[in-house]
Amino acid sequence: MYWQQALECMPREDLEQLQLERLQATLYRLGTHVPFYRRKLREARVNYEAVTSLAALRGLPFTTKEDLHGNYPYGLFAVPLRDVVRIHSTSGGAGMTTVVGYTRNDIKNWSDLVARILRGAGVTAEDVVQIAYDYGIFTGGLGLHYGAERLGASVIPISSGNIKRQIRIMRDFKTTALVCTPSHALKIADVMMDMGLNSNELSLRYGVFGAEPWSEAMRREIGERLGIVATDNYGLAEIMGPGVAGECRECNGLHINEDHFLVEVLHPETLEPVAAGEIGELVITTLTKEAFPIIRYRTRDLARLLPEPCPCGRTLSRMSRILGRSDDMLIIRGVNVFPAQIEAVLADINGTGSPYLIIVDRENHEDKLTVMVEVTELLFSDQIRKQSALADTIQDRLVTDLGIQVQVKLVEEKTLETIDSKGQKVIDNRRL
Amino acid sequence: MLKIRNLEAGYGKLRVLKNISMHVSGGEIVAIIGANGAGKTTLLATIAGLIRATSGEIGFLGADISRLAAAKIPGRGCVMVPEGRQVFASMTVADNLILGGHALSRQNKKDLNRLLDHQYELFPILKERKSQLAGTLSGGEQQMLAMGRALMSKPSLVMMDEPSTGLAPLIVRDIFQVIVRLRAEGNTVLLVEQNAKAALAIADRGYVLETGKVIIQGPAEDLLANKDVQRAYLGREKLEE
Repeated sequence: MYWQQALECMPREDLEQLQLERLQATLYRLGTHVPFYRRKLREARVNYEAVTSLAALRGLPFTTKEDLHGNYPYGLFAVPLRDVVRIHSTSGGAGMTTVVGYTRNDIKNWSDLVARILRGAGVTAEDVVQIAYDYGIFTGGLGLHYGAERLGASVIPISSGNIKRQIRIMRDFKTTALVCTPSHALKIADVMMDMGLNSNELSLRYGVFGAEPWSEAMRREIGERLGIVATDNYGLAEIMGPGVAGECRECNGLHINEDHFLVEVLHPETLEPVAAGEIGELVITTLTKEAFPIIRYRTRDLARLLPEPCPCGRTLSRMSRILGRSDDMLIIRGVNVFPAQIEAVLADINGTGSPYLIIVDRENHEDKLTVMVEVTELLFSDQIRKQSALADTIQDRLVTDLGIQVQVKLVEEKTLETIDSKGQKVIDNRRL
Repeated sequence: MLKIRNLEAGYGKLRVLKNISMHVSGGEIVAIIGANGAGKTTLLATIAGLIRATSGEIGFLGADISRLAAAKIPGRGCVMVPEGRQVFASMTVADNLILGGHALSRQNKKDLNRLLDHQYELFPILKERKSQLAGTLSGGEQQMLAMGRALMSKPSLVMMDEPSTGLAPLIVRDIFQVIVRLRAEGNTVLLVEQNAKAALAIADRGYVLETGKVIIQGPAEDLLANKDVQRAYLGREKLEE
C-alpha cells in the first residue's frame, strides 16, 4: 500500500530535519541562480543563507501567478535550458500563461510522487491503468502516465475524447484503474448508460481523480455508477503537476508529499496562518525541484489541514479536498464567507449538494446574505411543514458555520438557471 | 543517528562552515563531496570535536555533542579515520589494531580477538603483515590499517576523511568495496571524498558542499544525474559534447 514506505511513514522529527535541509538548499539555489528571487529576497531583507528553521518560512516573500507571468517564459528557471528535459505550460486564464521546466531528476521525483498516489489509491503493478487526461502541454496526462509506468502498471494512454471508444477499450482491455477528472468519469457513466453497458461488464476497480474540484456527493455517485473506489488527488503545474497530495484507501483527505513540498494554510486576506484545521489558502514551497523551484506560491486554492493521524500509517499530514478558490471569497459584515462553506453544509444536510445561489444585498448600509437552494426530488416534500423545517435546518447550520445571519429560501427545481444562466454561484448586488 | 542543524564553525575569524544542516541515518553510507577548501574536512573535524562549533547543534544518538571534548566523542561511538592514515609507524600492524580496540573501552580478551579476526577477514593483507611494523606498509595498506583500527572499537558511526587520497585506482576500488561491506554488516559511514564519482557510486545519499554551504543534497543517484554536480565534480560534461 506504500510506494516509498520509508519516506511516507517517516517519523515527523526526521521529516522536519529533511525539510529544513532541503529548504536551505532550495533557498541557496534560488538566491544564487534566479535573479528574480535574489532581488525579491533582498527586498524582503531575507538572508537566504541564514534561514535556520522551518518557521522562518513565514518571513519569506510570496510568489504569485503574476510573478510567474512576469517572468514568462523562462525567467524563473534555476538551471540552464540545456539541463531541462521537459517543458509544460498552464493557460491559467486571463492570459496568464506560465511555463514550467523539469530536469531529469525532476521527472524522476515527479514519477515517484505520482506512483505514491496511485499506490495509495490501491493501484499496483498488476493493474491496467487507463489515463483519460488530455495528453499534451497540460501536466495531467504525462504526469500520471510517467507515475503509472514507474509503478509498473500496464498503461493505456487513451487521452481525452471519443468516449465511446474509451469505454470499448476499457471493456476489451480489461482496464482496472481509471485516471481522469471526476466530471469525465461521470460522463463515461452517462455514455455507458446510453450504450446500454453495465459497470459489471467492466473490470474496473479503482478511480483516481483530480485536476478539478469535486465533492463527496460526486464521489458517491461515481462509486455507485462505475462500481469503483474513487480517490482524490491534488496538484498544480506551477508546483509540479499531479503528485502534490493524494488520498489513500481511507478516503479521508489527501496526504501531502511533505518531503517534497511545504504546505502552509493562510488566511487569504491577512496572509497569517489560520488556526489548526481552519479553511484557508494553500501556499506551497517546493523542496526538491531543480529546474523550477518556487517559494510560497499562492495557489488561491482553499482547503483545510486535517490534524488527526491517518489509520493508514503514513505520517504525511492530510488536507481536505479543495473547497474553493480564494478569489471567490466574500466579505459580509466583515466576516469572510466562502461559497465552499455553504456548499459543504448543503452536501452535509441532503447528501447531494443541491444547486444554490448566494445573493448579497446591502439594505440600510447593512449586508444581507440570502442563499437560494433548489428543492430537488431528494428534498421534495409535499408537506409545507416539512419544507419549512428543512429551510430552518439549513439556515441554522449556515448561521452556526458562517457566524453571520443568513436567510435561506427554497425554490423549485431549475429556477436558479433562469435567474442566472451563467452558472455563477454568487450575485453581489452591493456595488462595492 | 547523526543530526546536524545550522552548524557554524571556522578557524579564528574565518567562518568555514555556514549554516550546515545534514543527517546520517543508521545503516547508511552518506557522502560529502565538494572541491578543495569547500569545508569537508572542517565539517568532520567539527563533528569529531577537534574544532569547536561557533553555533548550531550536532545531535549524535540523541545527545548534543557539539560542546563535548574531542577525547570524549569516540567513546560515544563516533570515530574518525583521518586523512593520511596516521597509523603508529613504529608499532606492528597487530598492535595498532589492538590499540584501537583498547583505547575506548576495556573489552575482554575474547571479544578483542574476535574483533581482530574480523578485521583480518575484512583486510586479508593485514593478516599477512600482522607482525610487520606499520611504517613499512604501502599507502593502501596503511589506509586499511587505519580503517581496521577504527572498527576495533565497534563504533556506531565511522567517519572517513578522503580514504582515496594518494592511492592507485585499483586500491581505491578495494577500499570502497570494504566500505560497502561495512554497510552490509550494519555499520554507518560518513564519507568525505574528493573523488565524487567513486563516493556517490557507493553512497546512499550525498551532500555537496561549496564554500561552506550545502548547495545540493539528495539520494546519491540523483546527485550523479544532477548537471551541476556533473559539471563541477564528475567531469562528464566533455564526454557528452
